[in-house]
Amino acid sequence: MPNALAVRTENLCRHYQMGEALVRAVDGISIDIAAGEFVALLGASGSGKSSLLNLVAGLDRPTSGAVIVQGNNLAALSREQLAKYRLHTVGMVFQSFNLIPSMSLLENVELPMRFAEVDRRERSALAHQLLERVGLSGRLAHRPTELSGGEQQRAALARALINRPKLLLADEPTGNLDSRTGTEIMELLHSFNQSLGMTVLMVTHEQALAEKYAGRMLHLADGRLVEDVTNNDVTNNYATNISSVNAPASRGETP
Amino acid sequence: MKFYDVTDLAVRNLRESVFRNSLTTIGISVGVASLVAMLSLGIGLQQLASRRLQKSGLFDTVVVTSRRDLRNFREQREDGPPPAESPALDEPARRKIEQIPGVVEAYPDIRFVTEVRFEDKPHLTTVAGVPFSAKTNNDAFDGMQGSFFSSEAAPEVILQKSFAEELLGIKPKPAASNTDTNIAELAKPLLGKELTMRYAERTASPSASPTASPTTTGPGDRGPRDAAAYSVVSRQQALKIVGVTDLDPDSMRGTARARVFLPLKLAQDLHVMQSNLRDTSASDSPSYTSLSVRVGNPNQVPAVEGAIKKMGFSAFSIVDATRSMRQFFAVLDGFLAIFGSLALAVASIGIVNTLVMAILERRREIGIMKALGASDADVRGLFFAEAGAMGLVGGAVGVTLGWAIGRLINFGMNIYLERQHFPPAEIWSVPLWLVLSAIVFSIAVSLLSGLYPAFRAARLDPVQALRYE
Repeated sequence: MPNALAVRTENLCRHYQMGEALVRAVDGISIDIAAGEFVALLGASGSGKSSLLNLVAGLDRPTSGAVIVQGNNLAALSREQLAKYRLHTVGMVFQSFNLIPSMSLLENVELPMRFAEVDRRERSALAHQLLERVGLSGRLAHRPTELSGGEQQRAALARALINRPKLLLADEPTGNLDSRTGTEIMELLHSFNQSLGMTVLMVTHEQALAEKYAGRMLHLADGRLVEDVTNNDVTNNYATNISSVNAPASRGETP
Repeated sequence: MKFYDVTDLAVRNLRESVFRNSLTTIGISVGVASLVAMLSLGIGLQQLASRRLQKSGLFDTVVVTSRRDLRNFREQREDGPPPAESPALDEPARRKIEQIPGVVEAYPDIRFVTEVRFEDKPHLTTVAGVPFSAKTNNDAFDGMQGSFFSSEAAPEVILQKSFAEELLGIKPKPAASNTDTNIAELAKPLLGKELTMRYAERTASPSASPTASPTTTGPGDRGPRDAAAYSVVSRQQALKIVGVTDLDPDSMRGTARARVFLPLKLAQDLHVMQSNLRDTSASDSPSYTSLSVRVGNPNQVPAVEGAIKKMGFSAFSIVDATRSMRQFFAVLDGFLAIFGSLALAVASIGIVNTLVMAILERRREIGIMKALGASDADVRGLFFAEAGAMGLVGGAVGVTLGWAIGRLINFGMNIYLERQHFPPAEIWSVPLWLVLSAIVFSIAVSLLSGLYPAFRAARLDPVQALRYE
């Protein structure tokens, strides 16, 4: 396991007021994630996985505590600084892909580079390269609605990686995919983690997937960290558990 | 984001909801068209009025007289030297006045009462010299029948309508009647015909010949120069009628209205004896009774008048009337602009509505962009660009529409004017500055309307926006 610290949370809290009730979505979580780790956040619905991910992504601000990424306490950053952090440090993949429907795949992948003010030719070359790597070089001009879920998620993954982030955050990336396609996406995530040395923090409620690919599993319940398991045998698990992956086929794949 | 990217994304977004955005843009176009139409009407009317007034010589002309002239008692209290010491109003003085900044030209006023014979019948009338520049700057010649003088000293003459009637033996109808003799019919039998002007030439004494020279067109040989002594010789000059004018080119000199007009240069060269015994003598340095000084811009009239007075001459002009006229048109323009802006105000509400709808529709997209690293400024810029693009297109279409409405009304109005025997007039004027300002104003109003939606979009919470379906 690499030694440098990628993410640290210190007694991190995110509480919402919903009418009279106070919802403790994240309630005093302290974790350290080393650079290059593949960490799975597990737990039931409402356990605080996505809320924690949003805090690490700089999309939300903590009620108290600190999120420190690459030495920066996100709670202390301005809106402008947080936008820069999301642009350059973090790449995000969502359950529902979140590609912009009015744009082609190539344009979707290029979009973060527009915000980073990268030259047109350079960003086009990089987007081509990444889309080729995720196996979509023949689909550049297609709009997201013309693609299958798996293809959309691969494009979303290419988009997340375009600005060469240090931290890849995935919120149930296989949640809308059938098991075979989900596995393909997980393979891609794993390969990027291995080849680029990128830290991956993935929210999932699929224990089997986590056991197969993640080197560490953090179990949350009611906004608290209840279990921190280091999976020393990822490679073995990967070989033995491949048939036991039981992903819900909530979204049909179009061939 | 770079300017290109903001523009590119904005155009893409506008194309996505092309119908709704087109309707909003049409709304802006109608607003701008109404503003342009109203303002161009105001400007057109103002230009029409000031063109007529300026060409009448009322507001851009300073009349200069010498203080030596004892009859000029009006100027007694003016600054400068007393009448006895004031300089002579001669050719060097004329040239010096012409050097004053703002002065277009300074020319002597030449007018004299003399006999004009046409088809052997004598007619007594006042003849005046007209500077060649009047061809373009005096609108009395705009609706003229025939043509202006062919050259600066051509032996040609332009007649005023009433004198043309007199020559043809037609009795003028009462002024109230608007449908009097058609000037074209009046000019037909006269144009190209010749008339003879009999006049008294003032020549330097004693060399002048007493015999008349019927075709003299130039100064001829004048012998020894002596301004103090002169002879008066009876002469005649054949003149070809080239034009008949309806309006009075000489309206400023109320009391002695001329009805026959000669080229000024010719009138000067004839050395006609005038009643005041001073002007156009044949000496090397003629002194003038009065000079007309034409100023390029009526605003400069007071300055020019002051400069002339400092030189020791009397000068007068009418400037207050232009000031009140401008004030009137400023108020009129203001009212027209307010009425014109009402439609644009309604259109701006349309922009707010369209963009707020766009925020609701694109809420998730805004969330995605923020998650990918778009800053508040990027999102704000995108909505501003969309508002600005609608303003630009709406402004350009609106100006074209306003211009077309103006052309149409001008066309209709000129048909009406022609039927009423008036010269054509541009009552609708769309100057370049109005075109540019209308487009800039349209963009500014659109950006202002986009202010609230843009800030609202930029402040969207990305977590909430991403949850939005």
